[in-house]
Amino acid sequence: MNHIPLLSIANFLPLLGALFILVARGNRDSLAQTARVVALTTTVADLVVALIVWSRFDSTTPAFQFVEEAAWLGNGITYRVGVDGISMLFVVLTAGLMPFCILASWKSITERVPEYMIAFLLLETMMIGVFTSLNLVLFYVFFEGGLVPMFLIIGIWGGTRRVYASFKFFLYTLLGSLLMLLAILSIYFQTGTTDIETLISTAHFSPAMQTWLWLAFFASFAVKMPMWPVHTWLPDAHVEAPTAGSVILAGVLLKMGGYGFLRFSVPMLPNASEMFAPLIFVLSIVAVIYTSLVALAQDDMKKLIAYSSVAHMGLVTMGIFSLTQQGIDGGIFQMLSHGIVSGALFLCVGVVYDRLHTREIAAYGGLVERMPVYAVCFMVFTLANMGLPGTSGFVGEFLTMLGTFQVNTWVVIFAATGMILSAAYMLYLYGRVIFGALVKPALKVMQDLSAREIAVLAPLVAFTIILGVYPRIITDETTVSVAHLVAQHRMAMNTDRGAARVTLDQQTACSDKLGMRVNRTALGSAKGADANTCGPQPEPVEGRMASTQSFRSTVEFAP
Amino acid sequence: MSGLERDLLVLFPECLLALAAMGLLMIGVISGPNSFRSVTIAAICALVIACYFVVEPLTGATSAFQSAFVADSFARFAKVLVLLGSALTLLMAQEFLEREKIAFFEFPVLVLLSAIGMLFMVSASNFIALYLGFELQSLSLYVLAAFNRDSVRSSEAGLKYFVLGALSSGMMLYGISFIYGFAGTTSFGAVAHAVAHAGANIGMIFGLVFLIAGLAFKVSAVPFHMWTPDVYEGSPTPITAFFSVAPKTAAMALFVRVMLEAMPGAIHEWRQIVVFVSVLSMFLGSIAAIGQTNIKRLMAYSSIAHMGYALMGLAAGTFQGVEGVLIYLAIYVITNVGVFVCILAMRRKGGMVETIPDLAGLARTDPGLALAFAVLFISLAGIPPFAGFFAKFYVFLAAIEAHLYVLAVLGVISSVVGAYYYLRIVKIIYFDESAPAFEGNLGMRLGAIAAGSSLFNLFFVVIASPVVAAAAIGAKALVP
Repeated sequence: MNHIPLLSIANFLPLLGALFILVARGNRDSLAQTARVVALTTTVADLVVALIVWSRFDSTTPAFQFVEEAAWLGNGITYRVGVDGISMLFVVLTAGLMPFCILASWKSITERVPEYMIAFLLLETMMIGVFTSLNLVLFYVFFEGGLVPMFLIIGIWGGTRRVYASFKFFLYTLLGSLLMLLAILSIYFQTGTTDIETLISTAHFSPAMQTWLWLAFFASFAVKMPMWPVHTWLPDAHVEAPTAGSVILAGVLLKMGGYGFLRFSVPMLPNASEMFAPLIFVLSIVAVIYTSLVALAQDDMKKLIAYSSVAHMGLVTMGIFSLTQQGIDGGIFQMLSHGIVSGALFLCVGVVYDRLHTREIAAYGGLVERMPVYAVCFMVFTLANMGLPGTSGFVGEFLTMLGTFQVNTWVVIFAATGMILSAAYMLYLYGRVIFGALVKPALKVMQDLSAREIAVLAPLVAFTIILGVYPRIITDETTVSVAHLVAQHRMAMNTDRGAARVTLDQQTACSDKLGMRVNRTALGSAKGADANTCGPQPEPVEGRMASTQSFRSTVEFAP
Repeated sequence: MSGLERDLLVLFPECLLALAAMGLLMIGVISGPNSFRSVTIAAICALVIACYFVVEPLTGATSAFQSAFVADSFARFAKVLVLLGSALTLLMAQEFLEREKIAFFEFPVLVLLSAIGMLFMVSASNFIALYLGFELQSLSLYVLAAFNRDSVRSSEAGLKYFVLGALSSGMMLYGISFIYGFAGTTSFGAVAHAVAHAGANIGMIFGLVFLIAGLAFKVSAVPFHMWTPDVYEGSPTPITAFFSVAPKTAAMALFVRVMLEAMPGAIHEWRQIVVFVSVLSMFLGSIAAIGQTNIKRLMAYSSIAHMGYALMGLAAGTFQGVEGVLIYLAIYVITNVGVFVCILAMRRKGGMVETIPDLAGLARTDPGLALAFAVLFISLAGIPPFAGFFAKFYVFLAAIEAHLYVLAVLGVISSVVGAYYYLRIVKIIYFDESAPAFEGNLGMRLGAIAAGSSLFNLFFVVIASPVVAAAAIGAKALVP
């Protein structure tokens, strides 16, 4: 389709920037400035590449696009990258957040700047690699390779308990990932391939095998996500990490867990996914309710947002394992939206932290009088984090619940309480920091946002609102791939039960048709689910959610 | 061409080294104590030339002396590593020995002699040949451990190594005598034949256990590891580096060959032992290393753990397993040489410092050295995308393929424990407040070795396929 290896460029451009900083010479100050400029340039250039990928992306097919392949380890382990509707936007998210991180660190990082920028650029390479790899081993290399730069970022530039936090972060995730490595090895041993595309479309494991593999993947992704009860590394890591580190951690690294579930657990291990869905639901609900309550009790701003991240990720896992079109669409949307919103919230905390050097909520109060612009930005993100309609947070939460509602009403009832709790802790936080009387003398000299800070926060405010009122930007890209995923899952389940209402041929024809027929009504959620069933063409549904239509069709489909 | 001539051609690299060792000994004796530098350079040249003839053999024949000596592709792979390790040791030792005023010309000669022993070990296909190579290597190593004879620690290390080594040699010989007694032959092939026909009877297994005990001693696998930390700590640093790479490679290759060529019929018997030894080594190595304050002792425990991982490949006993062991050894050798070169740079006020806190804040005082340390240690921890990950990848793959799931899971757990102590060093280097800077720098030669080793670890992800392919060819020789 095109001969420019766009994904490899997106992947390794940051590496090039890192090398450049590594070889740059000069005195301390000029070197630091060079590092900043190079890092910013590289990340912006990388964003441009990612946007080109987006603009050329064909959202009418679930196939992998921009595929590149090269020999690597031999024996079927190749360097193979590509994106589909599920992964493409994560690449854009990663590339999009990086320049903000670099900008946010412009003034606040003064120690060992070149090393800092190198760590961030390496991290970007690893993260984009995770979302683009189409080979299990390659995926693993990137997945775990990201640990080292993050370890250094937390450990070198972090707060007072940084050593503890960095080790906890590293060892927790390492244990999970290594179990996943064993799963990858046994897949390789069983099927003789590590090519993700082949595995998704052809591999079939026995139910017992699926159970073990699923658990091994789960160990890794649940820690990364993080799901309750293995979430405890996250608050520590967030609190101690420098602002930009928190942004990347919340914005991108957490998404690797959800992405992993979508890429591996659901399509490759359908029976186990179905079997363990109740477990995921329970863990998700506990995460939503428990961590929301914990968030209410926090005195530290970052910790509060960290716990809220765990709660929001609970909704994502719930949506993904509803295994419905809306649930998964919603899960992806929620991840992307949370990437922007929580990243922005951490940036907001960073803004006041840079001025006062404390994250204690009690140390603030009445900021609105000194920092009105800041108060507005913070408010938008607060509302988005609560899931207020009109912000991006709402769409994701709504869709995940909608999807899960079709599977289990009780789960949604519990999860919905999370929305109330999130409103409680976010408004409580906002009230204590922004409103109230401005009595503390240190706060009276606070300056409002500088031009650089506005440049960082304003686009994020814009994205939050745009995605809230026009979510199709995202759902248009994901729908077809998600529909394909759901169709495949149904097919696998039906084949297994031996009670397929729709024959295999029809199914194949169905997914073929899916590739061509894209009618972009509303959120587009309905068409995927309909296409699965190859049922009668639904009348186009107007309105934002098209929920009833697809709900009906899913019910029809149930054997 | 007569039979002897043909046989000697197969042994050409070994003969060459033997002649070089004897010749250099003469030259050293005649020209006196000032000949250290020239003898070292000549020895390095001899090793490089031998390496060339290992890779490009003069004859197509692969076995000599009624197959007591085999020069197959498996042996070739291991020999290249042994020769590489020996040559790099000489290269890094020269400056150190001169500075410590122990620059005697015997050193390069002893390294050459032990290298010959190792080449014989790798190629041995007969228990007698095995033992001869084993002893030639060991005796040279005992002397090397005590090379700094004015130092109490070094003498102690040599003595300890000698006593325990002699014990293990005795055990191994005892085991070999059992095997000979019950099989009626010392040739690997014939023993395998006997085991296949008569089954592994109790006497044979008795012999096997003693044989494994002796071999485990050499690769410093638990429970025969006790000598390792003391010898590593006491020996002069370049010699420690030598201990940690060349003899380990040779002994591991020998271990693999004996098990797969002489005892394939008894795989269920020896697999139990190897799995046990492997698990214990991984865990003891990883856990005991946490409390160490001396970096050489830490490396000793680290090498115990790494031998545990390599044994995982042997436990599988398959093609994949042998390939895994070879890849593991190759990466281990290069990484360890790099680490020890970095340790050589730890020098303050003229003397060596060896405690881990001495590394504190190295990232500020010497960013280059710090980076090399960090890359090498993270690689040893097995974190991708560094080389150490691929080493683990292939042995884990072999374990999974052989259905040794429990072994693989235990390996995973111990590598998380291991990651902790490697990361602790990275933490001390990068996060802690600076200790005083080290004196001087590595210099061109050592700097090049450290840089080469770090770059290998960094870029293995790109250049992996030739190494993997070579290991596959090597493994094919043992497990067709």
